[in-house]
Amino acid sequence: MEIERHEYDVIVIGAGGAGLRAAIEARQQGKRTAIVCKSLFGKAHTVMAEGGAAAAMGNVNSDDNWMVHFRDTMRGGKFLNNWRMAELHAKEAPDRVWELEAWGALFDRTKDGKISQRNFGGHEYPRLAHVGDRTGLELIRTLQQRVVALQQEDYETHGDYEAYIKVFQECTITRLLKDGDRISGGFGYWRESGNFVLFDAPAVVLATGGIGKSYVVTSNSWEYTGDGHALALLAGANLINMEFIQFHPTGMVWPPSVRGILVTESVRGDGGVLRNSEGERFMFNYVPDVFKDKYATSEEEGDRWYTDQANNRRPPELLPRDEVARAINAEVKAGRGSPQGGVYLDVSTRLPAEEIKRRLPSMHHQFKELADVDITAEPMQVGPTCHYIMGGIEVDADSGAASVPGLFAAGEVSGGMHGSNRLGGNSLSDLLVFGRRAGAGAAAYLDGLPARPKVDQVQVDAARAEAEAPLQRAGENPYEVHQELQRTMNELVGIIRKAEEVSEALEVVEKLKERVQLVGAAGTRIYNPGWHLALDLRNMVLVSECVARAALLRQESRGGHTRDDFPGMRPEWRQKLLACSTEDGTSITIEEKAQPAMRDDLISLFDRDELSKYLTDEEMAEFDRIAKS
Amino acid sequence: MTQTTPDPVRRQRAQVKVRTLRTDRWWLAPLLTFLGLSSFLVYGVWAILDTSYFVDPYIAPFSSPCLATSCPEGARFLGWAPFGDWYTLPPGLLILGLPGGFRLTCYYYRKSYYRSFWLSPAACAVQEPHGKYTGETRFPLIVQNVHRYFFYFAILIGGVLTYDAILALIHKPIGLGTWILVLNAVLILGYTFGCHSCRHITAGRLNHFSRHPVRYRAWTFVSKLNARHQQLAWASMFSVMGADLYVRLVAKGIIAFPFA
Amino acid sequence: MSYKAKFKVWRGEGGEGKLEDFTIEVNEGEVVLDIIHRLQATQAPDLAVRWNCKAGKCGSCSMEINGKPRLGCMTRMSTFSEDETITVTPMRTFPVIKDLVTDVSYNYEKAREVPSFTPPEGVRPGEYRMQQVDVQRGQEFRKCIECFMCNNVCHVIRDHEENKPAFSGPRFFIRIAELDMHPYDVAPDRKETAQGEHGLGYCNITKCCTEVCPEHIKITDNAIIPMKERVVDTKYDPLVWLGNKIFKRSK
Repeated sequence: MEIERHEYDVIVIGAGGAGLRAAIEARQQGKRTAIVCKSLFGKAHTVMAEGGAAAAMGNVNSDDNWMVHFRDTMRGGKFLNNWRMAELHAKEAPDRVWELEAWGALFDRTKDGKISQRNFGGHEYPRLAHVGDRTGLELIRTLQQRVVALQQEDYETHGDYEAYIKVFQECTITRLLKDGDRISGGFGYWRESGNFVLFDAPAVVLATGGIGKSYVVTSNSWEYTGDGHALALLAGANLINMEFIQFHPTGMVWPPSVRGILVTESVRGDGGVLRNSEGERFMFNYVPDVFKDKYATSEEEGDRWYTDQANNRRPPELLPRDEVARAINAEVKAGRGSPQGGVYLDVSTRLPAEEIKRRLPSMHHQFKELADVDITAEPMQVGPTCHYIMGGIEVDADSGAASVPGLFAAGEVSGGMHGSNRLGGNSLSDLLVFGRRAGAGAAAYLDGLPARPKVDQVQVDAARAEAEAPLQRAGENPYEVHQELQRTMNELVGIIRKAEEVSEALEVVEKLKERVQLVGAAGTRIYNPGWHLALDLRNMVLVSECVARAALLRQESRGGHTRDDFPGMRPEWRQKLLACSTEDGTSITIEEKAQPAMRDDLISLFDRDELSKYLTDEEMAEFDRIAKS
Repeated sequence: MTQTTPDPVRRQRAQVKVRTLRTDRWWLAPLLTFLGLSSFLVYGVWAILDTSYFVDPYIAPFSSPCLATSCPEGARFLGWAPFGDWYTLPPGLLILGLPGGFRLTCYYYRKSYYRSFWLSPAACAVQEPHGKYTGETRFPLIVQNVHRYFFYFAILIGGVLTYDAILALIHKPIGLGTWILVLNAVLILGYTFGCHSCRHITAGRLNHFSRHPVRYRAWTFVSKLNARHQQLAWASMFSVMGADLYVRLVAKGIIAFPFA
Repeated sequence: MSYKAKFKVWRGEGGEGKLEDFTIEVNEGEVVLDIIHRLQATQAPDLAVRWNCKAGKCGSCSMEINGKPRLGCMTRMSTFSEDETITVTPMRTFPVIKDLVTDVSYNYEKAREVPSFTPPEGVRPGEYRMQQVDVQRGQEFRKCIECFMCNNVCHVIRDHEENKPAFSGPRFFIRIAELDMHPYDVAPDRKETAQGEHGLGYCNITKCCTEVCPEHIKITDNAIIPMKERVVDTKYDPLVWLGNKIFKRSK
C-alpha cells in the first residue's frame, strides 16, 4: 500500500492553544500550514484550563504591569525560569489576550466594560482574564474559530477552504523525519483508518502538551502521552527541567473514576478554604520563609483580603501550587485527611449558594454530575493530582526554535518558561505568546532556508515498520504495561521523591522498555485503541525515564521537585539545568548545563533580600556590583 | 493514494433496526399531552355552542367579550353591542380565533402538538413515522411566524378577562366565582406576557441591553415568566376551562350554594 | 459495592454491525465510560470509543445509552438498577466509523458555513468595551463543548438524512445567535442566512436539543426562538409579507 503524502510549509503537531496559535501565525505569514492532532478539532486538553489567562493589563488594579508579572513568574518558578521567556511572556500576554477579543472571545467584564481579571495563586494583582471557570474552552473555541475564519478568507480568494491551512484530525505523528540535521517532515497514521500518512515539510512546530498519562492520578487526558517530548528527543533535541512536575493541589479524590480531575484554583481565589479532618485551616502552618511577609498570618486577615486587598495580605490557600500540594500531602500523611484520602475544600460556608453557582458554574456542575456532591451545601474532598510538566524541549526564547534546525516547540511541551513551578494562569498566556512566536519562528526559518530538505525513504520505511509492529505480533496487553508504568511513576517519582525510590523506578522502567517492545494489539487497524496505546507507550516510557533520571540527579527540593532526602533549595543548583537527550533512541543521557544569568535591568527589578534567598554568594556579589553602577 | 478516499461503507450510519432503544416510558408525556389538548378541544367546542354563559356578574371566558345584541345586557362588553342584532351565532365564535390562534402558534404549544399529535418526534431519539419532513419552511406551517401578531391580540383578550374579573370584584357580595375569574385572569396574563414574542419585543431584539436599562429590566421579568411558559400554558388552559365551566354550571343552576 | 452488570454494546465497522453482549464488573462511583474502558482493558482491546477529558468538558464521548444521547463520562452507573441491561450505541445521525466512534465531519463542514465574527473597522484589539449584561447571552452559547448531541438528537436530520444539506442543526443556530447578538458584530444578513442557508425554518421547536445538552444551554428558548423572532422582524411583518406574496411571488 502506498503511503498518503502531503506537502506543507509548516506542520503543527497538536491543536491545543499553542498549536492553533502557532498555526494561525504561520498562515498569517503566508505559509501553507497543516495542523495535525490526535483528537477531534477543538477537543484539546486546553479546554480543561479553568482559571484564566494571566496578562498584566491592569484592568482591575492599575498598579499591575509587565514587571510585576515578570517578578511573580520568576518567584513562582523559584528563579529557575528562562528569564528571557518570562520577560517576553509578561510583556506580550496582554496583546495576545486582546487579540482574542477581536477574534470573537467573550471574556467576563469589569464595570467599565474592560476584560475582568481575577486573583490567582502567586499573582500579586488580579490578573487572570477569564470566562467564569471555563476560560480554556473559550480560548480553544476562539482559536478554532479564527482558523475557520482564515479558511473562509482562503475560500474567498482561492475557492478552497483548505488552500492554506488544513486540520488533519485524529491523526498521530509517530516520527519526525530529517534530511541530514534538518527537519524534513513527519510520519504518522490516521487513527480512524489505521492508514499511514507522510508529511513533507521543512518546519515542524511541536505543541503536544504534557506527559500526565505516565501517572495514575492526573488531571490530564489520554492524549498527554509525551508525544512531542519523545519526538523531539528522537529527532535529536534536548529536554530540560524534566524533573519538575506540577502536582495541582486540588484534584477530585472521589469517586475513583474521576480521581485526579481538577478543581480549579478559582475556588480558593473566590474564598474557598482548605481544612483537615479536625476542621483546622491548616495552610497557615505551611507558609515557607520566602513567602512569610506576603501572606496573612491569621484567618481574620486572610478573610479581610477578599474584600480589601490593599490593606491585607492574602490567605495562604493562595500560595503557589507546589506549596499547597505539599501541605495537603503532609496533612494526609499525618492522618488528618478525609475518609477518601484528601482534605476538605470548602466554599459552601463562605459564599451564598447563588454566588457560588454564578462564579463557579462548571465546578458546581462537575461535582453535581460526577460526584453527586452539591458544593453549595457541603465541602469537596480534594488531593494533589499530576497536572503539568514544567520541563520540555529546550528552545530559543524568541523564536521557539529547538536545537534541531526546523524544529520548533511551544506550550507545555517546551521547557524553561516556568522554571521549577508554573503559576496558575501562566499556562494559557504562555500558549498564546509562545505559540505565536513559534509560528513566526517557523515562518522566518522557512524564509531563510536555502533549499527544501528531502524526505528520506529509508526513514519512512523504518517508521512504518515500527508503527506496524504491534499489529503483527500477539504480545502482552498494552493496557497492563501502561498501568504498571503509571503505578511506578505515581508511587516512586511522585510529589515527594527519595533516591532509593527513584532508582527503583528506573529499574522498573528498564524492564518496561523491553515489555513495550513486545506488546501486541489485537484487532484491525481501524480505530484500534489498543494499537494506538501500544505506540504511545514508547513515548511515555522515554519521557518517564527523563523525569526519573533528572529527579535522581537534582539533589535539592525546588518547586515541582521535592526530595525527601534533600529538603530545601540550594542556590548552586539554581544555576544548573539538566538536559536529557538520547543517542540510540531508547536510553537517556543527562548533561548539566549552566543557567544563563539574568539581564542586568531585569535582575534589578528584585529586592536584594528576596534574591539572597535564591542566589549564591558570588551571584549576590555580582548583583551588588550591578546595583551600584 | 494521495488523498483520503472515503471508504463507501463509511457513509453509513450504524444499523439499528428499532425505532428507539429507549427503555423509559417515553410515550407517557406525549400521551398525556394528547389527552390534555384533546380535552381542551372537545370542551371548547361544547362551550362555544353552550348558551348559558352569563350569570350576573360572571361571564364565561369562552364567550367573552360578548359583542352582539343577542347577549344579555349585563354580559355586553362595556355595555356595548357593536355587532348589533344581525349577529345571532354564539358570541364565542367571534373572538375564538384570537386566543385560539395565539395558543396554536405559541412556541410551547407547537412543541406539544408536534410531539403528541404529529409524532414529529413523539419523544427525543424516537424515530418519527413520516417519510418526509420540511418543518416550518413552507406553507402552511411557515404561517406559524405570525405568532407575534396574535400576541398583540392576546393582550387585548387578557385585558377583557381582567376587566371581567374586576367587574365581578366590584360586585358585592364577592362569590367564589369572582376569585376563580381573578385567578384565571392572572394566569392568562402570566402566560401571555411570558410569551417568546413578548420577550423578543421587550429587549430580546437588542444587542446592547446596557443602553436600554428599562427595556432590559422588562426583558428580565419576561424571561422569568418565559422560563415557566410551559407550566403557565397548562395552568392557564385549565384555569380558563375551569372558570368557564364554573360560570356555566352556576348559570345553569347546577352549582347553587351561597356565594357561588 | 461492586457488581456484575449486563451491557450490550454496538460493535461493527462502517454501518454493518450488531449489539454484542458483555458482563462486566462495576464499582461504586463509576460512570458508563469507565465501564467501556474496563471492557477495553479486559475483554475487547480494540473497542473504539472517543474520549478525552472524562470530566464533561470536551464533548468527545457522545454516545447513546439506553437509546438516549448522553456523554459517557457524565452518566453515572448509579442511575441504573443492577439488574438492568445497559445498551450503548454510537450516535445515530452520523455515519459510524467503528463501534462507538462516528464520523462527525458534517458538523465541521457546517461550522465553516457560518460567517465568522466580523468586528467593525477601526476598533483595535484592547479597545473593546462591552458590559457584562451584553456579553452574557453570547457567553451562554459559548459554553458549548461541541459534543454534537443536539445535532444528533434533532429529528430534522436524525430521521431525514436528506435534510442534511439544508440544515445546520442546533449547534450552529446557537453559534449564529451568539454572533447576531454580539455587541460588536457587523456582519450583514445573519438573519436571512439563518433562515435561508442554515435552515432555521426546519426547526419545529420540539426542544430535544435542549433536553440533551450536557451544558444545559437553553438552545431553543435562548437561541433558536430569539433567532426565529429576529427573522420575523425582517421577513414576516404581515403587511410586507402579504405584499411580497401577492405582488412578487418570485422575489
